Amino acid sequence: MTALLICGGHLIDPAAGVDGLKDILLKDGRVAEIASPGKLKKANGAAGPEVQIIDATGLTLAPGLVDIHVHLREPGQGYKETIATGTAAAAAGGFTSVAAMPNTRPVNDSPEITRWMQSPERGASIRVFPIAAATRGSKGETINDYAALKSAGAVAVTDDGSPILKDNIMRETLAAAARVGLSVIQHAEDTRLTQGASMNAGPVAFKLGLRGMPPEAESGIVERDIRLVTELRDARAHLHVAHTSTAAALAAVRQARRSGLRVTCEVAPHHFLLTEDHVGFYNTNAKMNPPLRSAADRDAMIEAILDGVVDAIATDHAPHAIHEKEVEFEHAPNGITGLETALGLSLRWLQNEWKMPLGRVLSLLSAQPAALLGLKGRGTLAVGSYADVVIFDPKAEWTYLTRDTESKSRNTPFDGWTMQGKVRWTISEGRIAYDSAS
Amino acid sequence: MNPAATPARRSIHPPSAPASPFPYNPGSLLSASDLGLDEISHILTRAAALENQDPLTRARILAKRRVALLFYESSTRTRTSFELAAKALGADTTLVSSLSSSIEKGETLKDTGLTLRALGAEAIILRHNSSGAAWLLEAETRLPVLNAGDGMHEHPTQALLDLRTILAHLRQGVEKMTAETLAGVTVSIVGDILHSRVARSNMLLLPRLGAQVILCGPKELLPEIAAHAGPGISIERNFEAALRQSQAVMMLRIQAERLAGLQLDLEQYKANYQLTGQRLASQAPEAIVLHPGPIIRGLEVTAGVADGVQSVILDQVRNGVAIRMAVVERALLKGHQEGGRA
Repeated sequence: MTALLICGGHLIDPAAGVDGLKDILLKDGRVAEIASPGKLKKANGAAGPEVQIIDATGLTLAPGLVDIHVHLREPGQGYKETIATGTAAAAAGGFTSVAAMPNTRPVNDSPEITRWMQSPERGASIRVFPIAAATRGSKGETINDYAALKSAGAVAVTDDGSPILKDNIMRETLAAAARVGLSVIQHAEDTRLTQGASMNAGPVAFKLGLRGMPPEAESGIVERDIRLVTELRDARAHLHVAHTSTAAALAAVRQARRSGLRVTCEVAPHHFLLTEDHVGFYNTNAKMNPPLRSAADRDAMIEAILDGVVDAIATDHAPHAIHEKEVEFEHAPNGITGLETALGLSLRWLQNEWKMPLGRVLSLLSAQPAALLGLKGRGTLAVGSYADVVIFDPKAEWTYLTRDTESKSRNTPFDGWTMQGKVRWTISEGRIAYDSAS
Repeated sequence: MNPAATPARRSIHPPSAPASPFPYNPGSLLSASDLGLDEISHILTRAAALENQDPLTRARILAKRRVALLFYESSTRTRTSFELAAKALGADTTLVSSLSSSIEKGETLKDTGLTLRALGAEAIILRHNSSGAAWLLEAETRLPVLNAGDGMHEHPTQALLDLRTILAHLRQGVEKMTAETLAGVTVSIVGDILHSRVARSNMLLLPRLGAQVILCGPKELLPEIAAHAGPGISIERNFEAALRQSQAVMMLRIQAERLAGLQLDLEQYKANYQLTGQRLASQAPEAIVLHPGPIIRGLEVTAGVADGVQSVILDQVRNGVAIRMAVVERALLKGHQEGGRA
């Protein structure tokens, strides 16, 4: 295997505590060596015809980004996205690992589908970690065989999109997952309170004549789940709250953490940037679940990110075909794409506007989500780790245009938005997965 | 990290929502709030002029122009009056309804709109059961779109004809609108506010002319947030108290088709909110009574009130034709003259 020598760049590896000019040698899919600029060229094995050199002068190097919440739509909905196109979009966005949700057709509730998704024939540009369904068909009734799913490669279980409402099933899910060391991810939505609803409940929904999802539909389930984790304290059950969108849900997570429970949460860029006002006049690219919330909720997301309560930024990348979104708002499917805009928006807003240190922003996009799902050797560039690297120009401002997307779909409210930090190369396990010049 | 730390308030300035690109076509009428005072005055003036014009002269204004009526919901008043209005101006009209067209076969609103445009429609009058449908149709076709009711959202021509009715009875039919035209007038809108597009359009329109709007109804049909829909809107749960303050009372039908599982005790509802002759005589003996129709006699109003001297319900229907002539004329002349934005 060819080796890659990246020289002249500024390496930021929050997990390893590195922040400085470093050269880095990647070999056999792993990080082989890190040294001060110029040192590696003379060292053994770092020169010669098999070594490809990448000049990263003026650029920043960081562990490849990790998105623990994406919908790659395969199997079954290849017209929206395939594993190949979704991971190409991920690579363009600087991601080297994505965790794929199981709401595929059929639902990924088996070791066979879990393996199928990871097969080289899918043509993934970067590493895909399947998240398996918690229950058979995600129907919330029968628990799947977590040991078998884990050995097939599943990194967590969830019934994302079809939240587990029954207390006893959720308790059993948490306990069974804890026994095999898997996390349980919950899309917290009490669907009994959201029937027929297509945006956040509140004055905007009233004005638009749309039925609303009350914030309690989210926080109520988070509170219920935390009660169950408390009961299962001795089992060390891990609950991860997906795409947190309400101040009340964050408050519950904050409280649970204070009590020493294994409760983590993620926030999507659209939930820390946008509010229900961005729905405008029925913009279906501002329709997702959980919906864009009130300004107070959005501000609570920002506060919680800055305060460290939020463990990860995850995109909830949810591609839909154009024709599916060109319909009446209440009939449009939920979800927006996000893999290509997460880094640019995070740097533009969290770092630039709200002065979060770059290392912490990157940690939320790599080290923390990798640790959260136990993805060993990811989210860091310590020697011996996977050679997953994102190389970007941290100061470059650019405009995101969906017409240039690698994804099959274009459903995003961020078309035309100014981004900061342009990805130059993304390297996945030592191979160049994305090169902005080609 | 210290999760126990109390979050300190930082000065954060998040991105603001973009300005609305609607309406794309200057001839469109999507929302009652699209219209400035000048435009409202113009529509009222044209409604009066067209109403009084010689029918043969009037029929030359839009002679052989093509107007499509696209109706996804049943309608008597709105459909007929739009059709009569367009025909009175000489336009050719065609009616497409969801039950006798390719909509039944699964054709989307976008494709139906593009098809009508290709057939030569110069404006589309849309009644649809989904909120926001008129915005979608306008964005896709860029034609003048007249919103004839979208889901639970708006029904701007109804608000305009209600305004004309109120002006005729309370302001001698004045046509020039200012922010004080309806100063001192309180209009109560009573009943199923939550599901009513008539209520939404009226509560956006009337306060801009100086009126106070009181919303009145039970919590299930009138959430507290309704008071935040705009300025000049307040909530009064007590029907008698609302009536006592009102110069105009607009009664609404309970929209059984939109209740979505909501259980209502109708006897209780009638006890609290039915407009009876006795209530009207004791609390608002001078007020005019409006109703957008269809009326469910014996539920929100008694037959005696619907047919009584204070009722202006049939005036509303007549005003509907006049207002819609003005709005259809505006759609084709304005939409044509300035052209739709690309």
